[in-house]
Amino acid sequence: MNASSLSEALPGALRKLDPRALLATPVLLVVEVGALATTVMAVLDPSSLSVLVTVWLWLTVLFGTLAEAVAEGRGKAQAASLRALQQESTARRLRTDGSEEAVPSTALRTGDRVVVEAGERIPGDGDVVEGVASVDESAVTGESAPVIRESGGDRSAVTGGTVVLSDRIVVRITSEPGQSFVDRMIALVEGSERQRTPNELALNVLLTALTVVFVVVCATLYPIADQAGAHQSLIVLTALLVCLIPTTIGALLSAIGIAGMDRLVRRNVLAMSGRAVEAAGDVDVLLLDKTGTITYGNRQASELLAITGVARDDLVEAALLSSLADETPEGRSIVALIGEGRPVPAGATLVEFSATTRMSGLDADDLRVRKGAASAAVQWVRDSGGEASAELDELVDRVSSSGGTPLVVAEQRGEGPARLLGVIHLKDVVKEGIRERFADLRAMGIRTVMVTGDNAVTARAIAAEAGVDDVLAEATPEDKLALIRREQEGGRMVAMCGDGTNDAPALAQADVGVAMNTGTTAAKEAGNMVDLDSDPTKLLDIVEIGKQLLITRGALTTFSVANDVAKYFAILPAMFVVAFPQLDVLNVMQLSSPESAIVSAVVFNALVIVALIPLALRGVSYSPSSATALLRRNLLLYGVGGLVAPFVGIKLLDLVISLIPGL
Amino acid sequence: MSDVLPALGQVLLLVAALAVAVPFLGRYLAHLYTSPTHLRVESAAYRVLRLDPEADQHWRTYTVSLLGFSLVSILALFGLGRLQQHLPLSLGFSALPSDGAWNTAVSFVTNTNWQWYSGEVTVGHLMQMSGLSVQNFVSAAVGMAAAAAFARGLARSQRDGRVGNFWSDLVRGVLRVLLPGAVVSALLLVALGAIQNLSGTSPVRTLTGGNQQLTGGPVASQEAIKQLGTNGGGFYNVNSAHPFENPTALSNLLQVFLMLVIPFAMAWAFGLIVRDRRQGVAILSVMALLLGASIALMTWSEMAGPGLAPHAAGAAMEGKEVRFGEAGSALFGAVTTGTSTGAVNSMHDSLTAPGGGVAIFNMMLGEIAPGGTGSGLYGMLMLAIVTVFLCGLMVGRTPEYLGKKIGQREIVLVALYVLTTPVLVLCGAAVALTAGDGLAGLQESGPHGLSEALYAVTSASNNNGSAFGGLTSGTPFWNTLLGVLMLVGRFLPMIFVLALAGRFASQQQAPPSAGTLPTHRPLFVALLSGVALVVVGLTYVPVLALGPIVESLS
Repeated sequence: MNASSLSEALPGALRKLDPRALLATPVLLVVEVGALATTVMAVLDPSSLSVLVTVWLWLTVLFGTLAEAVAEGRGKAQAASLRALQQESTARRLRTDGSEEAVPSTALRTGDRVVVEAGERIPGDGDVVEGVASVDESAVTGESAPVIRESGGDRSAVTGGTVVLSDRIVVRITSEPGQSFVDRMIALVEGSERQRTPNELALNVLLTALTVVFVVVCATLYPIADQAGAHQSLIVLTALLVCLIPTTIGALLSAIGIAGMDRLVRRNVLAMSGRAVEAAGDVDVLLLDKTGTITYGNRQASELLAITGVARDDLVEAALLSSLADETPEGRSIVALIGEGRPVPAGATLVEFSATTRMSGLDADDLRVRKGAASAAVQWVRDSGGEASAELDELVDRVSSSGGTPLVVAEQRGEGPARLLGVIHLKDVVKEGIRERFADLRAMGIRTVMVTGDNAVTARAIAAEAGVDDVLAEATPEDKLALIRREQEGGRMVAMCGDGTNDAPALAQADVGVAMNTGTTAAKEAGNMVDLDSDPTKLLDIVEIGKQLLITRGALTTFSVANDVAKYFAILPAMFVVAFPQLDVLNVMQLSSPESAIVSAVVFNALVIVALIPLALRGVSYSPSSATALLRRNLLLYGVGGLVAPFVGIKLLDLVISLIPGL
Repeated sequence: MSDVLPALGQVLLLVAALAVAVPFLGRYLAHLYTSPTHLRVESAAYRVLRLDPEADQHWRTYTVSLLGFSLVSILALFGLGRLQQHLPLSLGFSALPSDGAWNTAVSFVTNTNWQWYSGEVTVGHLMQMSGLSVQNFVSAAVGMAAAAAFARGLARSQRDGRVGNFWSDLVRGVLRVLLPGAVVSALLLVALGAIQNLSGTSPVRTLTGGNQQLTGGPVASQEAIKQLGTNGGGFYNVNSAHPFENPTALSNLLQVFLMLVIPFAMAWAFGLIVRDRRQGVAILSVMALLLGASIALMTWSEMAGPGLAPHAAGAAMEGKEVRFGEAGSALFGAVTTGTSTGAVNSMHDSLTAPGGGVAIFNMMLGEIAPGGTGSGLYGMLMLAIVTVFLCGLMVGRTPEYLGKKIGQREIVLVALYVLTTPVLVLCGAAVALTAGDGLAGLQESGPHGLSEALYAVTSASNNNGSAFGGLTSGTPFWNTLLGVLMLVGRFLPMIFVLALAGRFASQQQAPPSAGTLPTHRPLFVALLSGVALVVVGLTYVPVLALGPIVESLS
């Protein structure tokens, strides 16, 4: 936040002063009514006190609306760039007979089929039903590398406004005009259709209740003080009221919500509802796909195990030769493990992997090497008259039971019998740092469940390495759905991410369902968030953002209420000291005069809103830890801080304000 | 220093007795409010009254039953008062005026026991025994029933909003707790010197040679339930300061014990009902902490005797009985306002200024430390929910208490509950201090007059019933105003409590994890105490500043 963002937000803030716009924020509405009342009184009976109080009450309301306007302003630039995607273009719609007609893109309806060729803009959201193309989605995702979109499978969804770079595809439109993905994104980042979230509504109830209490306190104080012989002017009572009602949190509440959504957008996550963001903070169980979330996508060679009687160099040589031309990630990882690549020997022929042989390798003049599934390699050796090896079987079992995949290496020199050399241990590599993140999650009270199609043994081994709490092995989409239902019946809230069409039911059932942008339209519609980067690990960030949002609200509420204690010490002695001089002992801040004390409290109350706007937008700092640790920290910072800060602030303001003549 | 030892000694004795009795009674209460079996006499009663004790009532049915029962009680008491001269055992007293009968009917049904009249010269034995004493039992049992329903609501997760059976809660509370408790404690009081007879007035010659009429009556039995049910309505005008009601320092301590034992035991029972004893202990600790602080403050204030008059006299003995002394009066004063009893053994008007402030503040807390039978528990739980809401956000989750989420609808009910009494007290005080009829009742003007009026409306709205003295409250204005405050202050919050119980009962219970705010640790106990003090402090500091605080600083 800087001066320019403030001045840009000012017109919006002034528009929000309309009382009808303030109905949703009762705290600010009360301040505005108070400001109107003091304006009348200041006009009828002008004095330094009444004029200053009036000016600062108006500023208090303005600062409140300013906070919201600044928060909204941050999304405006992003919305403008998204709007550029929506410029109307001409779409090539297919008639049922296969011929094309040119229609404006706004005329497209769900079910229409359109042709898009290289260089053209995709006219609307849809699924590729024919062809394959590379598409530039940078305008939506910010990722400059083009992505492949093809019919069928889990990479069929395309977004309106993105550009086809090569080839020709036919797209079946899946959204009506005005309800496209980009439309929703614009509405989200602008906060224009922001619906207040359940927790925000609940907090608003509490703030309204506090406001009502203080209205009653101040209204009844008028006759009660009269009776006690300490008559109070309406200006002073209004000032007291505004200082007591929770203006700080009342003014910042909606800014906090908008900024929370904005933080998600900045991480390329689109939440379809604010409810989902809050739910993310409440999640108890995370379902995480093994591949891509916990492990890197591919298995990698981790060690070579030679059987007794085989020189290690022979095994290394054979493993290297069989992998030199192997362009699969597994093959490359074997070369990388051995450490040196070299050209394929001249005259050698490559044996490609096939589903029937389940082996790959290389045939040179007098040497043939193979690597592959254990049973296939052993069969190959046997067929050439070679011998099986009990030790090899043992190695294979050991690798399997540790969660790895064994690749058996064999060679045949000349026309002699082939022999088994040993085993390459391929393993799932757990992502760096993921174990620590799971430990953080556990400290936060969140249980992680790894979901994988692997068998139970493999799954457990990886789970132990990654430090997840539980495993769902050999999982089918139905298993996932059943697991989510079971957890929810136990009162827990579940988050998951997914991309395939068969993930859709589980995504819809989960309390937080994050669909990958590369996924199918069905998945994107079932989930309540979409990750434009298609990074499943982001689920962890989403949980943290949800928690941070709630903590920011709680911290500022506590701060706001704690402030009242000091304000009483400033205003009460000021109000009553004329009638009851003995109350001066309550003037612990030694404020210079009653009038100065009241103005100082009002000014502090207004300035603290401005001072806290950056915190509301940024969110309070959050590091994963247990509830007790979080509470202790935030209580100290915002509870005790909220008690102390106004004592210091009001005293300092009083030193300045007391210089004003007439106070 | 010789005064300090007995002062400490009586508190230690009290703590020891409570430490033994509370867990025992708490276990018994928890069983009572969850057990499906009925005593034979209870089953017979249900048959006669054509009630179905097995029906698991929806919270609305439960509330309607409770309100209906209370309405009938008010009408019955009103009738007894208005028709007194036509009824037997009236001791020749005439009918109560209509505003007085209204005030008294509401007062006893709401467990407030505000008495605008002098019992010994206004109310006959029939009304005492069949009207007031009966309400002393059932109004206490009604409070306990509401609290039990709330605890069950928190413990259940059946998604249908059912919270138990009001009739069996009521009958069990009376038959299995209050009646046997009252019989035992009445016998103990008689043993300690309280009187128990059915005689009218007897003339005596005083030491100075004057003549005096002494009214006898079933004092010990009413005294027992008056304290055990946190009622506070004395047989005599001067209440527990009267030697027939409270003859010795030991009987004084017994009465203090009786006031405290059920409210504390309800907190213990709460923990058992929600199947986590630690939760009950935490709530009990907050009650004990707040009560302990007010006892300490009041005892210090009365014994140190700040102020001009006590200084000149050498001790703050004005308005106190010599047989209790400063410490015995302060202990009683703090406990009677900390519980919603409102019995007095000294004149609160004559307490030192800080002491009177503590008494008012205790009531302003909303009768939660430890409060009335049942009402103290649910009052404290409401504040616990406010605390959870504020602090729960700070740990980054939707706030939850005992696995129940505090959403918008829940917080609306809690907010309404928390709003009710402050609005009643402040508006009541404003009305009383602006209306000529209200001002006419005040004995003094300025800060002390304000304290008198504030004390009365606070006592009525919070269903305490103790009087500051100095206020002539038996006028139509005060009788009507205080009656309204008592009625609304008792039943409106109760409706919110039961509605919340229904909402909780129909909510699924989320299991606790490291991410949920623990509500049984010392940190939470400190927080809840802090929230109680801050919420009440922020609401009442301005009026307190004009009354007791100004007086204290004079």
